[in-house]
Amino acid sequence: MIHKQAFSDPARERRIFARRLIFSVFAMLLMGLLIISRYFDLQINQFQDFATDSDNNRVHVRPAPPTRGIIYDRNGEIIADNRPTSNLAIIRERSGDLDQLMTKISSLITLSDDDIERFYARLKRQKPFEPTPLKFNLTEKEQAILAVNQHILEGTKISATLTRFYPKRDLFTHVVGYVGRINERESNTIDDIAYSGTDSIGKTGIEKFYEDSLLGQVGSDQVETNARGRVMRVLDKVSPTPGSDLQLHLDSQLQQVAYEAFSGGRGALVAIEIETGGVLAMVSAPSYDANSFVSGISQKEYDVLLNSLDKPMFNRSLRGQYPPGSTIKPLFGLIGLQNRSITTSTAIDDPGYFLMEGIERPWRDHNSERGGHGKGVDLAMAIVESCDVFFYTMGVKIGIDTLAASSQVFGLGKKTNIDLPGERPGIMPSRLWKKQTRGASWFNGDTINVSIGQGFMLATPLQLAVMTARIASRGNLIQPQIVKAIDGVKNPALKIAERPNISDEYWDYIHDSMRDVVHSTKGTARGINKHLTYTMAGKTGTAQVISINANEEYDRSKISERQWDHALFVAFAPVEDPKIAIAIIVENGEHGSSVAAPIAKTVIDTYFKSTALKNNNQTLASTKVSYSKSSGGDDADAKQ
Amino acid sequence: MQNNDFVRRIQSPGGDRKKSGSTHIDFPLLILLLALCVFGLLVLYSAGGQDLSYIKRQATFMVVGFCLMFVVAQFEVRYWEKWAFVFYSLGLLLLFAVLLFGVGAKGAQRWLDIGFTRLQPAEFMKVGVPLMLAAYLSNRFIPPTLKHTSWAMAMILLPAVLIVRQPDLGTALLVFFSGFLTLFLAGLGVRYLIFTFLTSIAAVPIMWNFVLLDYQKQRILTLLSPEQDKLGSGWNIVQSKTAIGSGGLNGKGWTEGTQSQLNFLPESHTDFIIAVLGEEFGLIGILTLLTLYALVIARCSFIALNAQSQFGRLLAGSLGLIFFIYVFVNMGMVSGILPVVGAPLPMISYGGTAVLTLFIGFGLLMAISTEPNRMRKVL
Repeated sequence: MIHKQAFSDPARERRIFARRLIFSVFAMLLMGLLIISRYFDLQINQFQDFATDSDNNRVHVRPAPPTRGIIYDRNGEIIADNRPTSNLAIIRERSGDLDQLMTKISSLITLSDDDIERFYARLKRQKPFEPTPLKFNLTEKEQAILAVNQHILEGTKISATLTRFYPKRDLFTHVVGYVGRINERESNTIDDIAYSGTDSIGKTGIEKFYEDSLLGQVGSDQVETNARGRVMRVLDKVSPTPGSDLQLHLDSQLQQVAYEAFSGGRGALVAIEIETGGVLAMVSAPSYDANSFVSGISQKEYDVLLNSLDKPMFNRSLRGQYPPGSTIKPLFGLIGLQNRSITTSTAIDDPGYFLMEGIERPWRDHNSERGGHGKGVDLAMAIVESCDVFFYTMGVKIGIDTLAASSQVFGLGKKTNIDLPGERPGIMPSRLWKKQTRGASWFNGDTINVSIGQGFMLATPLQLAVMTARIASRGNLIQPQIVKAIDGVKNPALKIAERPNISDEYWDYIHDSMRDVVHSTKGTARGINKHLTYTMAGKTGTAQVISINANEEYDRSKISERQWDHALFVAFAPVEDPKIAIAIIVENGEHGSSVAAPIAKTVIDTYFKSTALKNNNQTLASTKVSYSKSSGGDDADAKQ
Repeated sequence: MQNNDFVRRIQSPGGDRKKSGSTHIDFPLLILLLALCVFGLLVLYSAGGQDLSYIKRQATFMVVGFCLMFVVAQFEVRYWEKWAFVFYSLGLLLLFAVLLFGVGAKGAQRWLDIGFTRLQPAEFMKVGVPLMLAAYLSNRFIPPTLKHTSWAMAMILLPAVLIVRQPDLGTALLVFFSGFLTLFLAGLGVRYLIFTFLTSIAAVPIMWNFVLLDYQKQRILTLLSPEQDKLGSGWNIVQSKTAIGSGGLNGKGWTEGTQSQLNFLPESHTDFIIAVLGEEFGLIGILTLLTLYALVIARCSFIALNAQSQFGRLLAGSLGLIFFIYVFVNMGMVSGILPVVGAPLPMISYGGTAVLTLFIGFGLLMAISTEPNRMRKVL
């Protein structure tokens, strides 16, 4: 049998085994060669590729974000700076089960629904291995809790970053603006490298307009990281250049006083330093806290702002276009004089209404129920008492095109080119404008409306302030500006040498008339001349919110408060050597004289008080005395 | 006689046959193993993040391993042959115990906690199965008959299935191979080989659908295209290839490998340690290690060819071959030509049980190597 055979043939066993072993040795040699060729291929043929991969693995260039420039007011008070804050972020790729992690985190610290919602929104557009912020501005307690529990919170990261902070909260929001997270639209337009370490960008105001200066230059750290992304050592470093610090013309104290003067109402105020064109105060009330937008505002908070009837997010000083009303009367008078349509001795009779040839409907004067301003109304009286009929007559005589062209020199109907984004141009209507925008021809009736700052005419508070400053400076084409200096270097002011050719006689006449608005007994703003320690020139105005039928009376009781007239006031002071020009609008304030003018007084008072304190020199003190003296005298011989 | 020729050739170059015979130590093998251990500890020091505790543990196991090897070598081969069944059964019992009381990590249950340390019984079966097979087959007919082949296959598959259940596919495959190679060396008929080959192919869809777990399937998919999921299951293989490739010819230098030192390389001190070696010592290091391995295997083959008994032949031959398989599977998987299975690199990877098993195997080889030229007991 086979058994016997096997037992009896050890040599055969040995032979079979030897054959199999030798076969195996050959097989092993082949397989060994396969392994060797594989390693040879990896280490010799593909060496360069893998060496590069390996370096890419470990060496990362990390952007070193620059510190954003700080914004100061003219006295060095901080308006915007950067505060260190701790943020909690999650690196999705390292976190394991995200839901579990979120549950763990919420059991340790409070996460609002909003935090979570926004986190998931951000997560969707996050680059891999980049931390996605979950909660900003951790308190010290929260930081401690998270640090202690770090071992169960794999994939989380607490990072200290500098966050923009606005210590004045809502005071400067409309001028200075705020920074916010870079959104998708912005990320398509910005330079990716410049913003590689920065996640916020100026959204509005100065923050937006001076973004390039404030941003600074990104640096880089070439670092070696381990697989968990932890930096092991820094290989090379290029330090970032911090952004430029801005000094503004704005005066915090003045701004504060101006803002509070609105006492919660709606309106706008722009105050300009006549010498430089620097904007001393720029208020749009109501305002809102700029800090709420820095690390993202919650939808709920945003909705409140958005849906508020007071429109707190609307920048009235720059974008609010109002009929300027009577505030343009001094300018139009000046144009009439220059144009020789009238002289200083031109006088009319005012029965309280104005009739245009061929038009049955009369244009009323605002005091028509009292029978008008009477006989012999000249330009000065028309300004002081704000006589509409005089301006109706004069407007028609000057003609709309001359009115429009000359007004533009004073800043109406076009952007002032202030260093802020989003400015609106207002409307200084003309024949051409009406043709182009309305497709209709111009009527004399349109001119009559415009001649008292109504009708098609619209201006922003900023434009009115500029207009006033240019009148005050006798035609210096003052260019408004917010930023005074960048990194201590003076922001070059755009000085326009050219000035309207108007004789000094006319300037004096208009200045005197405007002074009498405040200082004479018949002046519409006489209510504020008590205890005035300097001379002020001004003009009140009222802007209709709804058009009233010619035969109807404006009756405040019949219409809702939000349709009441807007109250306006423009002013400059002191009359002899103007330093400050101001324009104010109080929405639905009805009367420029009683509502807007007192605000001007408060602000200008403060301005002189603080400049006097600052300079504290004899010269100014003595001028002040002489101002008060002369103002008393002016009052006495005010033109009637 | 042919046999005598072999004997003379062993005796003449060494000249110390008598001395070896008295201490039962195979000096060429001993020197090679010492060299491998030193090299292994060197790489492990770097791979373990220059942490001496790894070295201490591993060195302890190595010392114990050497002692174990000497002890094993002192017993005559025929005792091992006689006790093979006992060891094998003990191994099976331990495998059952693992399934019942085992501890483990990552969803697998592979270890037995015996108080001062943990043991991985599956590792022992890498020696236990060839020992059992060699003992069984050497007393049967060569080449084995169908009946004996079936029994032998049963002896292989029983532990393999138990290990798959842990689950530890890599070790199960290696255990299967260790037994199958013994069968092969015993002269398993070519038709059985073809049959096994075809069965394996037929088994692929069955394995895929019923045996393989998701993560194991994923590993096979990963092998086919590791770049597809660089951060997930492809991570290991992409990183290990990068480590090896970036080592180049000369390597980045000991403890200078960025991939391993900066933790990009997973499992760098266990299954993937060859990548650390490749990165820090380059192709030269790889070839040095392969040379050492080749010499060990050559020595094993030499011992096998000169073994006095059929049992010794089969055992020595299969231990040598399975040693090669360990090397091949590990280096293949780390370099991305084989799927990732749990297979340590012999003598280099960190792992106590694996080291002990290897030394027990080498102890057996030494016993065979120094087996006195006695009458074959079958006669």
